[in-house]
Amino acid sequence: MKTLARRLGFYVVALWAAVSLNFLIPRLMPGNPVDIMLSKLAQHGPVTPATRQSIELLLGADSGEPLWKQYVEYLGQLLHGDLGISVSQYPTPVTTVIAQTLPWTIGLVGLATVVSFVLGVGLGTLAGWKRGSWLDSFIPVTTMFQSIPYFWLALILLYLFGSVWMISPLNGGYDVYDTMPGWNLPFIGSVISHGILPAATIVISSVGGWMLGMRNMMVSTLAEDYIVTAEAKGLRPGRVMRTYAARNAVLPSVAGFAISLGFVVAGSIVTESVFSYPGIGSALMGAVGSNDYALMQGIFLVITLSVLGANFVVDLLYAVIDPRTRQRG
Amino acid sequence: MSLILTESTRPEAVESTEHVPGAAPRRRRFRPRLTVKLVVGVTIVAVIGLFAIFGPMVVQDPSAISDVGLQPPGDGHLLGTTQTGQDVFAQLAYASRGSLTIGVVVGVLTLLLSSLFGIVGAYAGGVTDELFNLFTNIALVIPGLPLVIIISSYVPNKSVWLIAVVLAITGWAGSARVIRGFTLSVRGRDYVLASKVAGERTWRVILVEILPNLLPLLASQFVFATVFAILGEAGLSFLGLGATNSFTWGTMLYYAQNGLALRLGAWWWFVPPGLMLAVFGAALSLINFSIDEAINPKLRSQTRSQRKSWRLSEAQLEDVKEDSL
Repeated sequence: MKTLARRLGFYVVALWAAVSLNFLIPRLMPGNPVDIMLSKLAQHGPVTPATRQSIELLLGADSGEPLWKQYVEYLGQLLHGDLGISVSQYPTPVTTVIAQTLPWTIGLVGLATVVSFVLGVGLGTLAGWKRGSWLDSFIPVTTMFQSIPYFWLALILLYLFGSVWMISPLNGGYDVYDTMPGWNLPFIGSVISHGILPAATIVISSVGGWMLGMRNMMVSTLAEDYIVTAEAKGLRPGRVMRTYAARNAVLPSVAGFAISLGFVVAGSIVTESVFSYPGIGSALMGAVGSNDYALMQGIFLVITLSVLGANFVVDLLYAVIDPRTRQRG
Repeated sequence: MSLILTESTRPEAVESTEHVPGAAPRRRRFRPRLTVKLVVGVTIVAVIGLFAIFGPMVVQDPSAISDVGLQPPGDGHLLGTTQTGQDVFAQLAYASRGSLTIGVVVGVLTLLLSSLFGIVGAYAGGVTDELFNLFTNIALVIPGLPLVIIISSYVPNKSVWLIAVVLAITGWAGSARVIRGFTLSVRGRDYVLASKVAGERTWRVILVEILPNLLPLLASQFVFATVFAILGEAGLSFLGLGATNSFTWGTMLYYAQNGLALRLGAWWWFVPPGLMLAVFGAALSLINFSIDEAINPKLRSQTRSQRKSWRLSEAQLEDVKEDSL
């Protein structure tokens, strides 16, 4: 219980830090985002005082109010779920834009990451178990794939599969012309066929890291005395591998999985801009391109929050699978 | 752009290496064995490094426009030309210099930041350690690339140094945690306690007693940070958010992508910078593997002395292994 409270405390502090960072960045940076935003809003029609005040709170203005007062009001506004209005997609509120794009990202990148993790840990287990086998010598090749910049790999695969062989669609999340979004078969099929190539690029570029980490941990674990004992008892090799070695060797990978969730979101920005996928990364790049600061800050906040949330879930999970972390606290 | 989980980047693994080379007497300094991996890695890094230093001195102006656009590799242009007739080879030379500069600068900055937070926190202990560790962990969970994108979108004219600083600020936390874990285990060793009792000053204990033991770890973290920075800068430039008027592998790819090099089939434009990134990254990770194996002997296939003591050939060993499974 004490460990849990400690972890919870950490995430509360981290949450506070993330929100404060989001508050400070627009105020610390050079330039005047509020003026840019307001002048862009004015092109669409008169700006109501309420909108104006909301934008000023989000991005900071020289209103003469002390910083702490702005901060308190900013927090209050966040609690009401008000992240301002998007300029590039006027007059949609930022929260709506995020709600529309987030499922695409979580569906594509989240799924691909889980597949990559499971595949990498599975192959790494085998490679570590049979050290020196063909699978083991395959590891340097997969780590080579890791050094290839992700977007370059994605571009080349997109070029080959999309332009040369015409197997996969070139961009987008679904067929905009022939299908209607909803729970119907053509739409779901279209989503899957548009998602396979981006997902495959993510798996190819990240599976090597999991494999290497798991393989190295397996090698270390197999040197432990209790493995020798298990073998001496005459247990079946499969059982020794799965329940004795792999179970303990996977722990650091699970911890690494939590850390990599941050990289997942980061990676999704590049993925989505290569494949023009309608996720939150594309929305962020669009916001950057059109100086839509409110949308930008909102997306940054949501990305940070989801990474924190995912980390928290993995942390809880970790306490379940590794009892030592529970007792230590 | 995923996380490379090498053995030394995991705190658990680091803590289990308490009685390996680090603790050995001073004269058995860390020296990675001359493995094939290390030789290949160092050679590639050296070649690319020399190309980055001396290449720009001999090639033509990378920005000079000519009327031979999209010419395949051949006479006059070693790697062909871009859409506007710029020499790809010349661009590659300047881009190598740009990318490597970013890598080294960010590597050094990251190393300074992570050592500061890792070593000082772990050595001081108590509230300082708690605070430093809390700060590190928070910096670790806040996603880096979105932060970099946001910061760089506020600044219209970015210098290379700004990009380097931003990359360092967002990238130091991971290695700080690893360094902290290792420092914690070194701190409690007898000879450190002895030097404290002998009345050595704090800075001396940290710099002279503890730091030398951390060198292999710091070296691998530096290499790791350099790869991270070069790839990070490439990604940022590819998204069009890199430093203004700079030449890096990332900006080359950005212009190639915008110039529709892929659709036009101009492979000589987009393949070289990507290949340079991949080869350089791979070479650095080969070096990192060798350092890892030096720190953690368990990762080596088998130590030769061990095999000798068993008086078995490698083939016999294989048989024994097969039988035992």
